[in-house]
Amino acid sequence: MPVNMKQLINLVDKEDWPFTQGHRLCPGCNAPMVAKWATMTAKALGYEPVVGAATGCLEVSTTIYPFTAWNIPYIHNAFENVAATISGAEAAYRSLKNRGRLKTDKPIKFIAFGGDGGTYDIGLQSLSGAIERGHDFLYILYDNEGYMNTGNQRSGSTPPGADATTEPIGKVKTGKVMFKKNIVEIIGAHENVYAATASTSDPFDFMAKVEKGLKHEGPAFIAVLAPCVRFWRIPESDGPAITKLAVETKYWPLYEIDRGVYKITRKPRNFKPIEEYIRSIGRFRKALQHPEYMEMIEEMQKYVDTRWERLLKFEEATKDMYLR
Amino acid sequence: MPTKLAITGAAAVAHAMRQINPDVVAAYPITPQTPIVEYFAQFVADGAVDTVMVPVESEHSAMSAVVGSAAAGARTMTATAANGLALMFEIVYIAASMRLPIVMPIVNRALSGPINIHGDHSDAYAVRDAGWIQLFAENSQEAYDMTIIATKLAEREEVLTPAMINLDGFITSHGVEGVEILDDEAVKNFVGLWEPKYPLLDIDNPITHGPLDLFDYYFEHHRQQQEGLKNAYKALPEVFAEYEKISGRKYDFLDLYRMDDAEYVMVVLNSAASTAKYVVDELREKGIKAGLVKPWVFTPFPKKEILSALDGRKAVVVLDRAMSFGKEAPLYSLIKSALYEAKEKPMIGSYVYGLGGRDVTPSMLHIPFEEAIKGELDPNDERYLGLKE
Repeated sequence: MPVNMKQLINLVDKEDWPFTQGHRLCPGCNAPMVAKWATMTAKALGYEPVVGAATGCLEVSTTIYPFTAWNIPYIHNAFENVAATISGAEAAYRSLKNRGRLKTDKPIKFIAFGGDGGTYDIGLQSLSGAIERGHDFLYILYDNEGYMNTGNQRSGSTPPGADATTEPIGKVKTGKVMFKKNIVEIIGAHENVYAATASTSDPFDFMAKVEKGLKHEGPAFIAVLAPCVRFWRIPESDGPAITKLAVETKYWPLYEIDRGVYKITRKPRNFKPIEEYIRSIGRFRKALQHPEYMEMIEEMQKYVDTRWERLLKFEEATKDMYLR
Repeated sequence: MPTKLAITGAAAVAHAMRQINPDVVAAYPITPQTPIVEYFAQFVADGAVDTVMVPVESEHSAMSAVVGSAAAGARTMTATAANGLALMFEIVYIAASMRLPIVMPIVNRALSGPINIHGDHSDAYAVRDAGWIQLFAENSQEAYDMTIIATKLAEREEVLTPAMINLDGFITSHGVEGVEILDDEAVKNFVGLWEPKYPLLDIDNPITHGPLDLFDYYFEHHRQQQEGLKNAYKALPEVFAEYEKISGRKYDFLDLYRMDDAEYVMVVLNSAASTAKYVVDELREKGIKAGLVKPWVFTPFPKKEILSALDGRKAVVVLDRAMSFGKEAPLYSLIKSALYEAKEKPMIGSYVYGLGGRDVTPSMLHIPFEEAIKGELDPNDERYLGLKE
């Protein structure tokens, strides 16, 4: 049975918040929703979550010493190593458990949070290593498509045409031209892993995936599209509406790769053109003033269409063919 | 009964680790440290220990995993050398700031570039301000002993500071020597159980580890780290004395060799001290009052002990197995600064030797003594031993 509203309400009634109010993330930020939904799901399922975070908005805004917004064990080490850090904690858990030295017999689950910079780019090595070694942990990427904490620099996740300070749009350049790195396929290719996308527009899809990830024995990974209202130049209340559009335009398909088996978890009946998604976000405004950017949008449309077709075929072709 | 084994320094360290039986070891191989990890992995594979071993994909992740594990409440160790330590560098500082009593043998090796896999002390010096306790071992026996001592010291509540044990690449790590291994039980009782106060895995008392420390607290936390090292300085004689009880081997801040009436003193770290002791003996036979000071403890730097050992001597020559580009050699500058408070300042001279594993011979170590005896030392002239010019 997937986690349901009743279980979550129960936690709210008991004021048993793993991640509390009082953090200093921006109004409208999508990262705290991700953190809250994930940790509450773990709690609702009866697990004791132990959280690691990479350096980034979620970390700097929730643990300003001597305050903390975490009501559960939490560790931050550095930017690029949350996966390695949590793998050490998980190894310690196994060792202390074997030796009968743990003070609790409640089931502990390890959850690591990282932004896109800490995941797609600088943290990819430590994440890949931790997954290959098969540590039992859930890694949640909150993907806001740039280095927002340090002021809107480009990352391996930044889409073409999105204004970014280290790949700005100028008189002769339309900013970044490269497409996003396909992180879920990269992680899925580790084979011993449950990997999925999610979106802040669809909390129940996300929570169902968190549940799968926690129950999966071994590494699990969820990439959640989570806008930064500040640098995406969108109204504070619009995050989930925009991610909904991302799903409806095939920009961010909701799917999972469970040990090699593909499954699309949301199949919109009618798709919208990707241009609609791009026009709804302020960070593309400058690029849209460049006539050549329209060609880029056409290219992106072709790309997302092809990827969708490919996903459908993968879903068909990999049915029940678990690799591990 | 202790047993004497003919083993390498790497094997000696691995035996100490086996007897300590840490909860977690996360490590990555790097020459010349690799045999430590290999020996230890074999102990795990054979069931000689029940440590959870995490064979990570880089030294950066080794130190990161070790931080996660130690914070979780597990007794945790790793080992590295040179470029591996350089890759860990960022997290080496974080481990110290989180007050995690991690123990890490360093098999000293030249830092690239140019790439070189042989021994010098550029790696140890590179992290000298990271906030770790740094012990130096002349030979395999000392490397074994120091690994056990470091574990006890680092975990003391008033210390809570990670510790590294330095041993010379290839010379100590790969050279076979007779090493006395204590009884497993003796080591187990000596190190005891590690009971951290605020483990991450204490889910009933959740703690936030590694928070953001702004200008309002960062300074205070550094001040506390300084206190941890001051306490390590105070605790060391006690831990050494306790270790002497189980081993019969006496350690101190400084290894003083023929220093009672010495007039010409050499200061050198690690394996070259063995050669230096031989040279001191040769000079003593000729009636020259030579002596040697070998720091066992580099951080916390035993300034008071150095001062009392060197004050009033005729000349002091300091040997460094690394350079500090554009500045005085690291050990030399520390010794020189310690001598500022000397009542009778000796003549001093700085010698750089053995970089990148270059051989250190007795005839080479005679040179600083000869120059000291002739009164030819110049405190501002860095001199090189065995350099092809």
